[in-house]
Parts: sequence; C-alpha cells; structure tokens
Amino acid sequence: MGYFKNVKKAFKLKNYANYIGVVAFLILVVVLNQFGMVNRSSVNLLNRIGYSIILAVSLNLVVGFLGELSLGHAGFMCVGAYIGCYFANYLGTVIESQFVVLFLSMLVGGLVACVFGFIIGLPALRLKGDYLAIATLAFGEIVRCIFKNLPSFGGATGLITKTYRPSFSLAIISFVTVLIMLIFVQNLIRSKHGRAITSIRDNEIAARAMGINVTFYKLFVFIVAAFFAGVAGVIYGHLNSPVSYDVFSYNYSIEILVMVVLGGMGSITGSILAASAVTFINFELQDQLTGNLAALKLIIYAVILIFMVLFNNAPSFKKLRKKLSVKEYLAAHQKKAHPEKIRDDAGAWDRIETKIKMDEILSVDISAQEPFKADSPEQGGNKDE
Amino acid sequence: MSVLLDGLSLGAIYALIALGYTMVYGIAKMLNFAHGDIIMVGAYAILTLLNTTGNPYIGLLAAIIVCTIFGIVIERLAYKPLRGASPLAVLITAIGVSYLLQGVAQLVFGSTSKPVAQPGYGSVFLFGANISYTTIITLVVGGIIMAALTVFVKKTRTGHAMLAVSEDKGAAQLMGINVNRIIMLTFAIGSALAAFASLFYMWQIPSVQPTLGAMPGIKAFTAAVIGGIGSIPGAMAGGVLLGVIEKISLSIPAVSNYTTAIEFSVLILILLVRPIGLLGKKRREKV
Repeated sequence: MGYFKNVKKAFKLKNYANYIGVVAFLILVVVLNQFGMVNRSSVNLLNRIGYSIILAVSLNLVVGFLGELSLGHAGFMCVGAYIGCYFANYLGTVIESQFVVLFLSMLVGGLVACVFGFIIGLPALRLKGDYLAIATLAFGEIVRCIFKNLPSFGGATGLITKTYRPSFSLAIISFVTVLIMLIFVQNLIRSKHGRAITSIRDNEIAARAMGINVTFYKLFVFIVAAFFAGVAGVIYGHLNSPVSYDVFSYNYSIEILVMVVLGGMGSITGSILAASAVTFINFELQDQLTGNLAALKLIIYAVILIFMVLFNNAPSFKKLRKKLSVKEYLAAHQKKAHPEKIRDDAGAWDRIETKIKMDEILSVDISAQEPFKADSPEQGGNKDE
Repeated sequence: MSVLLDGLSLGAIYALIALGYTMVYGIAKMLNFAHGDIIMVGAYAILTLLNTTGNPYIGLLAAIIVCTIFGIVIERLAYKPLRGASPLAVLITAIGVSYLLQGVAQLVFGSTSKPVAQPGYGSVFLFGANISYTTIITLVVGGIIMAALTVFVKKTRTGHAMLAVSEDKGAAQLMGINVNRIIMLTFAIGSALAAFASLFYMWQIPSVQPTLGAMPGIKAFTAAVIGGIGSIPGAMAGGVLLGVIEKISLSIPAVSNYTTAIEFSVLILILLVRPIGLLGKKRREKV
C-alpha cells in the first residue's frame, strides 16, 4: 500500500502542469483581448494552434504510446471536417445557436471519424511498423479521393461551410476542447489501460503473455485518436471555408507527425509545445514570405527538422547533448541527493526515453539476456546508451 | 490492348522508382521519403538540358549524374550520422530532406510549372491499336534495366555483398564487407534508376513543377510494399501491377475519378491477405 501512496504523491504536480499551462494561456489571451491587443490574424493563429495541439496529442497516443506509426491522421481529420461540417450546415437551418451547432457537429464528426478509426484499426492488428505506416497513408489518400469526387460534398471546390463568428470565441472553444482532451488523455495514460498501451509499445509479445488484450487496446487507441482528429477537423471547418480535400494530403499527416517527434514521442507536454511552435513558425513565415520566397519557408522548415533530428539522435552529437541537457543535470542531481527516490517515483514513466526499435525488440533472444534484477535502479533506463 | 501496354509502361516507371525504395529499405532498413524528390531533381536536370541542347539523351545522362550525386550526398550528410538511431528518426530526416529538395527547386526554378516538349516519336500500329513509341521505349529500356539489375545482384561480388548486408549488417561487416560503401552504392544505384524514371515519367506528363516527385514517389512506394518491401522482384511485380491497375481504372469512365482510391485499396487488400506483400520474405518473430 505504501508504494501506491508514493505513486499518488509523485504524480500531483505533473498531473496538473499541462492544465495549468493551458488555462493560464487562455486567461492571458482573454485579458489581452479585453485590452484590444488581439488582432484578427492572431485569432486565426490561436485557432490553428488549438486544433494543431489536438491533432498532435491524439497522434502521440498512436505513435508515442501505442508505438505504431500512423501516416493517415489527416485522413481522420478530413472525415471529421467533411462530415461534421456537412452536418453543421444542415443543423444550422434548424438550430439557431451557433455554439450548439458547433458542439453537436464536433460530436458527429468525431464519432464518424471513430468509425473510420475502427476500419483502419482492423488492418493495424495484422500489420507492423512500416507496413502499417503505408496502409494508414493509403487510407488517408483514399478518403481524400472519395470526398473529392462526391458531388454532395462540393466536389473539387470543397465543402462550403458557415464559419464561426466571431472567431475569437471559436479560439476559446478550441482551447477548452484542448483542455477536455488533455484531461481525458492524461487520465487514460495514467490509468491501467494506459499502462497496458505502453506495454504493447515496449514489447507486444510480452504484453500478450501478461494477458493484455492487444487487439482491444490497439483498436481502442486508433478509435480515440481518430475521434480527436475528427473533432480537430470540425474546428478547422468552422474556421476555413470551403473545406478542401487538398489540405488533408499525406503531407499534412507528416506535418502532424513532425510535431509529435519534435516534441518527443510519449510526451504530452512536448506535443503541446511543439504543435504550438511549428504552427507559429509556419504561420509567421507564411505571412512574411510570399511568391517565390515561399520556398524559403519550406527550406527553413526542412533545415530545422533535419538539425533537430540529427541533434537529438546522431551518436556524434551525444556528448554535446549531455552537456546541454537540463533533464540530465536534474536527474544526476536527484540521484545524488536521494538515490532511493528514483525507483519509487512512478513519474519516471514519463521520463523513460521513448524509442521504437522494432528490429531490436523482435530480435531479442530472451534466453541470452542476463536475469532481470528487480532492485537495480538502472533497470528502467536505457541500458544500451 | 493499348491500355494494357500503357499500363505496363507506367508500371515499368513505377517499378524503376520502387526499386530505389526497396533496395534502400532492404539494405539500410529505412524509408527514403526523399526518393520521390530525386525524380523531380532528375526531371529538372533533363528539362534544363533539353531546353539548351534539345537532346533528351544528353539530358538523361546529366540527370543520371546529378541524381547519383544527390543520392550519395544526401546519404552522407543526412542519413549516415543517424546510422543506428531509431527508424522513425531517420524517417523524419528523410521527410526533411524531401522538403529541402522541394524548397530549393522552388527557389531555383520557381513554383510555376514548366511545360515539357514531348518528343514527336509518333506511334506504330500493333496488336490492333496505336502504340506510341515512347511507350515501347519505356517498356523495353525499363525491362533491360531491371534484367541488368537482377543479373548484377545475383552474379557479381558487389551484388552478393549487397544481399549479405541486407541479410545481416553485422555479420556482413565481419565478413570483410565495407557496409558503408555498400549502402552508398545502393543509394547511387537507386538514384540512377530514378533518373531513368524521371525521363520516362516526363513523357507522360505535360509539365514539370517542384512537387512533381510526390505522387509517383508515393505510388512507387506503394508498389514496393505491395511486392513486399526489400524484395527486388517484388518491387518490379508490384510496380507493373500498380501501373496496369491505374491505366485500366483510368480507361473506365465510371471509376476513373476514383483511380487513386482504387490503387490504394488494392494495397490495403493485399496487405490484409498477405501482410508482408506479394513476394516479401516472412520474418519470424522471436521473443
């Protein structure tokens, strides 16, 4: 019992950091708005950041926590945007209140995206790694192609939607949605279901052997991620009209993936920060650079991406990275001060480096491993580093 | 019949690109997302020389050289430092490289599409239909290249070394194979094949723009997966299959708009029935 008490204590602050951050940001924005310091383009940016965070965090569930690479996230968003906004267009003629329409269409868009998540989740049970990645990519392209050719959804011009006015309230709503999603996702991750999901990531066969229903959890994660992507799509549709199939190409899925990877797979806070940063950079550069200079945006983006990954992963940068890392410093400090604390700190779950080494996982010969030592504190860390 | 031949020639193009994907995957265990953009680089190289000299074959030669250099340089600068890092990290770098190539191309050549002068080779009456010579050239040259590649991999020492590296990198190194050189060579061959593909692909499209490589790239990638990624004959089979399906679907008015959806559905169906692709080797999962 004592162990579990410890767990609860260790969680406290970490549990609420993200919520506090989002709420503080929201209050800051509202206050700034009261003083008239938020102009049209920043409201637009706020909205984009809102739905980008939803997309990044939900993709992180699949990539970071379940450990499956999905390149079809924009496809779910596409489903949500089209279906949700189509529904909203219809509902707008019946119900007066904009907010109710938005809320209901979010639900519908999300639920329909769920159905698609189920459909794509089914092959996910048979496929692994790169094969699953290409299957999800294919799914996204199929969805896009179908919506492009359905005349009732506007065909090639896209679906004309009624945008939400004023867009500042949409920004508030999208950030409240972010908050709700965070509460759901963080509680999920820290529940026993969340541990089941991460155990599938770490070793599927071992998880299966422990009696975890791998099939159920894989489907479940795909469905949850699809739901939130659908919701993000509905927000997108209420911000931009027409909703065009063009946007939801696999390039967009990749952009979401980039947010997740930059933020750190398996880190919710990281996803939030990276989604905000990437969206901000994209937005600013888009305004600054026009015409042929728009290419510069692509180049800057690419260079940042390549350098971030090289810096974070290349063995040759390892020393430099260690020197600069605050986390490393704190960890070393803590280890010195309270060597016993590390093991009991269940929050360490979040600090375990997330790496998907499919080949390594598959080729580990368990009989050749040295016996598992339950009480050495280094066990949790990355042994081969 | 003409649809089938068209499909075969498009399939040959996809197969050439897919070979690049599949060889790199087999040997470096990474998805080279930038491969599609190598085609774009090749296309611009051909276009530039075509406009200055008027001869597509000098253009092809230049494209082969340029693409090969690009392939090697990209491998050295972006992928080699990441050897041993997680596959996802390498994948993201590849995406970055792809964006970088597109951005640079846009900066140098502008984002507007440039028209391609189609070679007026005319057509010949074969099997009861008019078949253009470009189709035949694509088919024949594509076939020869693939046959040559197969012979190269099966019969030469270097080819054997490549197979060995794809089987087990560590063991290959112990056998005295220079793994880094083999990986570089793989990128070079893949990129050179992409240069051929870019010439043939240009015969099929009206214009060249910086995002030109994305679609054939992704389709060829699909083809490689259909055939079983990592398998050279698989890539050829997958490419041809995909090309034929695309042309047949395009020729039926009722479904022609849904061609992309059909192609990708075929992929998903095949993966559902055979998760490792048509000719993929089954890898046993060890605990």
